[in-house]
Amino acid sequence: MASTLLDKIWDAHVVARRADGRDLIYIDRHVVHELHGPHALKHIEEKGRNVRRPDLTVAVQDHTVSTLPGRKTSDHIEAMRRGAREHGFRLFDVGDPEQGIVHVVSPEMGIALPGLTLACPDSHASTVGALGTLAFGCGTTELEHIFATQVMAMSKPRQMRIIFDGRLGPGVSAKDVALYLIRTVGVDAGRGYAVEYAGSAIKEMEIEGRLTLCNLTIEWGARTCLIAPDEKTIAWCAGRPAAPTGELWDAAVAWWRTLATDPAATFDREVRIDCDAIEPQITWGTDPAQVVGISERIPGPDDGDQAQRDKTQRALAYMDLPAGEPLIGVPVQRVFIGSCANSRMSDLRLAAELAQGRKVAPGVTAIVVPGSSTVKRLAEQEGLDRIFTQAGFEWRGSGCSMCAGANGDVGIEGERCVSTTNRNFENRQGRGVRTHLVSPAMAVAAAVTGKITDVRELDKLG
Amino acid sequence: MEPFKTVTGIAAPLLQDDINTDQIIPSLYLRQLNGNLADGLFAYMRRKPDGTSNPDFVLEKPQFRSSAILVTGENFGCGSSREHAAWAMAAFGIRCIIGRSHAEYFRENCLKNGVLAISLEGEAMDSFIAAVNAVDGSAAFTVDLEAQHILGPQPEQRWRFAIAPFERVALLEGLDEIGLTMKHASAIDEWEARAAGARPYLQNFRLP
Ligand code: SF4
Repeated sequence: MASTLLDKIWDAHVVARRADGRDLIYIDRHVVHELHGPHALKHIEEKGRNVRRPDLTVAVQDHTVSTLPGRKTSDHIEAMRRGAREHGFRLFDVGDPEQGIVHVVSPEMGIALPGLTLACPDSHASTVGALGTLAFGCGTTELEHIFATQVMAMSKPRQMRIIFDGRLGPGVSAKDVALYLIRTVGVDAGRGYAVEYAGSAIKEMEIEGRLTLCNLTIEWGARTCLIAPDEKTIAWCAGRPAAPTGELWDAAVAWWRTLATDPAATFDREVRIDCDAIEPQITWGTDPAQVVGISERIPGPDDGDQAQRDKTQRALAYMDLPAGEPLIGVPVQRVFIGSCANSRMSDLRLAAELAQGRKVAPGVTAIVVPGSSTVKRLAEQEGLDRIFTQAGFEWRGSGCSMCAGANGDVGIEGERCVSTTNRNFENRQGRGVRTHLVSPAMAVAAAVTGKITDVRELDKLG
Repeated sequence: MEPFKTVTGIAAPLLQDDINTDQIIPSLYLRQLNGNLADGLFAYMRRKPDGTSNPDFVLEKPQFRSSAILVTGENFGCGSSREHAAWAMAAFGIRCIIGRSHAEYFRENCLKNGVLAISLEGEAMDSFIAAVNAVDGSAAFTVDLEAQHILGPQPEQRWRFAIAPFERVALLEGLDEIGLTMKHASAIDEWEARAAGARPYLQNFRLP
């Protein structure tokens, strides 16, 4: 029978079917972080249970880590240290050369690889679907379950394929593709589905772009996503610190080459997106489907049904934006480049290229937070840090930082923040902060002009 | 986990769609390892920037301050997988959330904490909302999981709801999921042994 990519990885990991009809799916790699790990370990200890496979478990410090020099510690950081030490699993600690955001570290270190299953107590676990890793986010109780058993109990989701046709235009990146997709299908279209991203634009896309696209999958409600591994994926994974070597590598690659959806396989739903039509995108509201192309106007309060209109009005009030006007030219006070959506080398290279020879506009606080200490080191070797600081950006230590503000990096009430993160919810980046999600290129354009700007116009603006 | 059988209490209407987990429990309240989650529930909606109560928010109105049932719109609990959102509900005393739909992570987290998330569709939800609005916190509703129905304050008011059989049992009995899985411990051992032979790179994981 014809199988999808998901079927193949799922079937290879079914351990048993539990009495409740759920499949027990083996978890090859378990990657936890300090915001949720300590709670689950505490519960395990209280019940006298053990971590079944500390050798398949890894922890990072990211959510509460200070990005400022000195890297002040937190209760969570201390608790995670204790947990990792006592249960005997590897921790990428603050100060370690590989520390960073879990979804940046996992692919970078070769923890996530094609065909593997991975669990992480974070809804952006799906990021590594870009490599063909079947990843699941989870809550704390589920985390405890995985610590104790190394399996997750799940019902197989329905399956959806999104086919991206065409090519990306100049100034358009994977982030724009993701935002365009979310606005097209809506915030809860993915509920109950596992998603496969395919099509010519995916084939063209570099791995780091695919990571960005997969990162935003939960933003439209789907819990997991996959992209079939191809030669680009294999080349990207080769030589990663935890990637297999020698014969093991050859055997792995031989398997990975079989991991694609069979031509005759069918999906419960299929959506086609024409990438030729995508211009740089930006959110105007407070959910990630409230998106427009940069040349479009902010929607009016009369669009859609009653519930839609109420929502639009609430969002416009929070964002302090006039209905029906263009977004271009709206003044900005803060710019954040970072988060598991956009903080990898390719993001920073592109941002630095645009920032070079320009200056952050007066009155704008612009911050760059590399996704991992590895990214930070590589960027510094290439001199990107100097380009940023000369242009007036702050160059920080790696972590989640202003994405969720769990480390205390937040904006000031009323500020408008153009951000490369994945959530524009009310108060997410600080109480009363107004977030606009964009690509790194669009973030630099806003930083150097002090207002929302079409990055494609940047050269003309000088 | 505290079993869920029958809950009787005030039903508070919070009828916006797409309420996300950052609204339910802002990250500020996650920063302390053992923060006061009841206090953090809907913190920025319940309180003004100066910390005083926002009297317009439903749970701050006198008749709704000890609600046990929250009535919501579409896609409630979207956003992150933080279980703190379900903990905050339970800590505040909300045992049941009745809406048109719930985000998956949130619904699963509720289930694991003895909080029942019920989806009602179309007209059933319309009439339920009308009944909730009609009493405006002056009379209680009863959610009976065994019977799978919600009873309103009026004698004829009854709404049936669906729930997966396993989830119903798990809530009624406060099932220990790890215990349930541990029954398959030998299957897990066997899977590991098989994988180590057939696909050694899965089980063989070394970080430098
Ligand atoms: S960067 Fe943001 S979205 Fe990513 S893991 Fe950290 S807090 Fe979550």
